[in-house]
Amino acid sequence: MRTLRLSLKSRRALLGLAFISPWLIGFIFLFATPLLQSIRFSLSNLSVAPGGYVLDFVGLKNFKDAILVDATFNRILVDSVGAMLLNVPMILFFSLFTATLLNQKFKGRTMARAIFFLPVILASSAVAAAESAGLINLMGDISAVDSSAEGGASFNVLSIVRMLNDVGLPMAYVDYIVEAIMRIYDIVSSSGVQILIFLAALQSVPGSMYEVAKIEGATAYESFWKITFPMVSPLILTNVIYTIIDSFAGSPVTEAIYQTAFKTQNFGLSSAMSWLYTLVIGLVLVVVGWVLSRRVHYN
Amino acid sequence: MAVSGTDRMVVVPKENYRMQRVRNKTSDLLYSIFRYALIIGISFIILYPLFLKISVAFKGKQDIYNPTIYMIPQHFTLDNIKLAAQVMDYLPLLANTLLFVTITTLLTAISCALAGYGFARFSFPGSNVLFVLVILTILVPTSTLMVPMYLHFRNFDILGMVHMFTGREGINLLNTYWPSMITAATAGGLKAGLFIYIFRQFFKGMPKEIEEAALIDGAGGFRTFARIMLPNAISPLITVILFSFVWQYNDTFYSSLFMSESPLISLKVASLPAQANQLIPQLMGFGSNSGMKADPNYVAMIVDTGILLAIAPLIILYLFVQRYFVESIERSGVVG
Repeated sequence: MRTLRLSLKSRRALLGLAFISPWLIGFIFLFATPLLQSIRFSLSNLSVAPGGYVLDFVGLKNFKDAILVDATFNRILVDSVGAMLLNVPMILFFSLFTATLLNQKFKGRTMARAIFFLPVILASSAVAAAESAGLINLMGDISAVDSSAEGGASFNVLSIVRMLNDVGLPMAYVDYIVEAIMRIYDIVSSSGVQILIFLAALQSVPGSMYEVAKIEGATAYESFWKITFPMVSPLILTNVIYTIIDSFAGSPVTEAIYQTAFKTQNFGLSSAMSWLYTLVIGLVLVVVGWVLSRRVHYN
Repeated sequence: MAVSGTDRMVVVPKENYRMQRVRNKTSDLLYSIFRYALIIGISFIILYPLFLKISVAFKGKQDIYNPTIYMIPQHFTLDNIKLAAQVMDYLPLLANTLLFVTITTLLTAISCALAGYGFARFSFPGSNVLFVLVILTILVPTSTLMVPMYLHFRNFDILGMVHMFTGREGINLLNTYWPSMITAATAGGLKAGLFIYIFRQFFKGMPKEIEEAALIDGAGGFRTFARIMLPNAISPLITVILFSFVWQYNDTFYSSLFMSESPLISLKVASLPAQANQLIPQLMGFGSNSGMKADPNYVAMIVDTGILLAIAPLIILYLFVQRYFVESIERSGVVG
């Protein structure tokens, strides 16, 4: 190094590059190259030949096929984007609520935290697949299904609906709430990481702020909305984005893309589908990010 | 919210003051009861499926149709576990999976820690742009890269080197462990972008003086990293290792893409119901008569037991590291 007469600054720069070099190599060969290739594939007809593959340029035909010709793709796409838009607020609300709860001091807090993060450990698409197959396909006769359902949902959903309707809530809200209650396990199990992020954010709020608020006579409700909420609001954005991305993982669209590529061997169409999906998600991310970042409070 | 603080500062007579205290106490009590009810309720929702599986695993065959049994079985048996282990070929499968997952986890942790440190502490031309690209790797769905990655590993050949030396069209790495190893070692594996982010945030928050002292004492960059920075980064390391291990263990996307024929637990679990249906009559001694079908409820029981066997290592692992994990959130590196 001394013979090269590098300044300290450029030596540090080289050292930094050395540290990130594994990532950089991986990025160039295993991310950037496939990404560009994927664009090429989506515009071509790909056929696997011995020792490689052959590309025929077909223009936007694959995109047209994905939207107009494929029987189910556009419906699946709309459905899963819709489901995502419904899920994100539920997961966000639940995880912020739970994080605030877990941040308070009470006996057994460590244990409660350990239990609440358990779904992060156990969330597995393989297990979910095996479970649904195990219950629906194999429990053939109705009596078995009945007896197995007994433990879970023995309360009457209708009574809740009627009650909430009597209170005077609009039917759309009631539907949303009831759906949230029915899917509570899904929501709980997909909000582990979000709880974690919120909890970390809550821990970084200085305790003195709450003390001051208490001395000034603020109620818990007020100090939540005036202190906690603004302080964690940057992380709400992070969590929204994480939740949206997380909903890719096991979505039916990903499954459809996989099936198109490896069951029907239509690699070009599959690439086009995945790019449509990426664009839709990108659009959602941009819109949500833009709307939220205008309301976020940075200190 | 319109209540201002000054309203309450008014001096109150002693009687009212006592009333106020009683009221405060009861509302605190009510609140803590409410809180416990909620926490216990949610914990129950999380633990219920697990308890159900444990109960099923030890339940005798006679207990399936007995409606009076709730959770605690009347006829304890280990047969379900034995049968499920046989169907899954459990022990060799587990050993293989653990070896594979441990190696990829270590590679991921090392490469992501290096990259995180590089991004946190060094400025080189384009370092910010490159970090934006790290975020991009989190944002682009994996299904977009699926087909090119598949074809890439089918004819693996970086810069045409294999072609140059052997004249062949690259090596087929599918159904070997190399694709996952390579992506893990180059910080491109499962959610690696997130891990780089976690490490970067943590290293950014560490005092610069430690490094400067090491530099003055004559330690080089990598030595400083290995001896000084990494030992201090235990909490993000545990978080990353736990997440990486768990996600790799549960992953079906990459493993079914690159090594669909390899003995890995995540792949086995997905096909468990079909396999159980096929194998159980044979294992129970009905021979390979295809007309024979096992009781579907019994098959479901075995499938549940199999799922429990599959997630048991994770639960045991979690029981051990859960304390460090929860503590590491407390002094968190996640947000920084």
